[in-house]
Amino acid sequence: MPTQEQTLDEMLTLAAAHFKVSRDKLNPDEDFFKALGIDSLQTLDLLTKLENHFHVELPDYELQGVTDFRTLSQKIQSRL
Amino acid sequence: MRSGRRPSDGSHFGNQNLGTRLKTEAISWKLNSGVIELALHRDPCNEIGSLTLSELEQFAAELPDLERDAHALIIFSEIKAGFCAGADLRELYRRSQEMEKAQAASGVRDFLERIHAVFNRIDASPLTTIAAVHGVTFGGGFELALCCDLIIADKLARFCFPELRLGLIPGFGGIPRLKRDLGNAVVRDLLLTGRSINATKAGQVGLVSQVAGEGEALRAARFTAAQTGKFDRHTAATAKQFIKPIPRDELRREIEIFCELFARPAVRAGLRKFVESTDKQPYLP
Repeated sequence: MPTQEQTLDEMLTLAAAHFKVSRDKLNPDEDFFKALGIDSLQTLDLLTKLENHFHVELPDYELQGVTDFRTLSQKIQSRL
Repeated sequence: MRSGRRPSDGSHFGNQNLGTRLKTEAISWKLNSGVIELALHRDPCNEIGSLTLSELEQFAAELPDLERDAHALIIFSEIKAGFCAGADLRELYRRSQEMEKAQAASGVRDFLERIHAVFNRIDASPLTTIAAVHGVTFGGGFELALCCDLIIADKLARFCFPELRLGLIPGFGGIPRLKRDLGNAVVRDLLLTGRSINATKAGQVGLVSQVAGEGEALRAARFTAAQTGKFDRHTAATAKQFIKPIPRDELRREIEIFCELFARPAVRAGLRKFVESTDKQPYLP
């Protein structure tokens, strides 16, 4: 099973590729709405990408109040 | 505008290309080579309010003529954000605020009766109907997709019934149609948690027939529509009517339950909360 850091790293790479931003500019503790320039509907796209990539199902109500990458990766990790 | 052209041999199927097309503000449709394509294109995400409803009624009125020369109907969205985010809650809130309570209740019932008439007509079409969905397919949008025989979803599609957040249940026929297709446990999960599920999960539970690549749902739907055109139309329509009953009693009951719930103060509060929300994630349950 991947470590928390590995999951975070994969997640940042995936998010950068999908939303076409530079991977180097993404900070784990940063607000991903700002960092990726996305709105709430696009957050659902991100969720779907993560679910498909990690082969998990993450109920979207668990994302209430989650705005940084690190916390999001912890949610993913908890489902692996 | 209708072209009025027909193949000289009088055939209705096969290689005809009538190119019949009509475009209105929220939707447009065309008939091409036996396939009716109904496109949704109202910003921001095809929310279904009075404008879309009246245009869908226009489409439903045209449907018998279109069906004579078709074997399939595809419904899809031209809006990037998704297939349809559901009912136009802003319009619903605004109208409920402008009216006396009894008038608002009557208006809601009338809206539901009209939406049900359109959705029931699509559900009962003798054509093979396909919803080609992507992105947000929520609430009333999910209910529109459920009227179709097949749902083909792009891999970023998500399905959701968020109505409980507003103190309501789905009112456009969603529960009876979802029960028709899926096990009760899945229906309870979607309804009682208000969560969205992705296309992969939707495929696993049998809601979605095919999961296509990103942006490929319409293409897959067109191939599927072409495939269904190979079969005798009368036989296909008869088989469909046999295996896909329309749950009319439950649909009527759903309208009654929705109207009872709509009268409660919690609904106005829920609508107001949605409309006034500055939440970064308003689409989360």
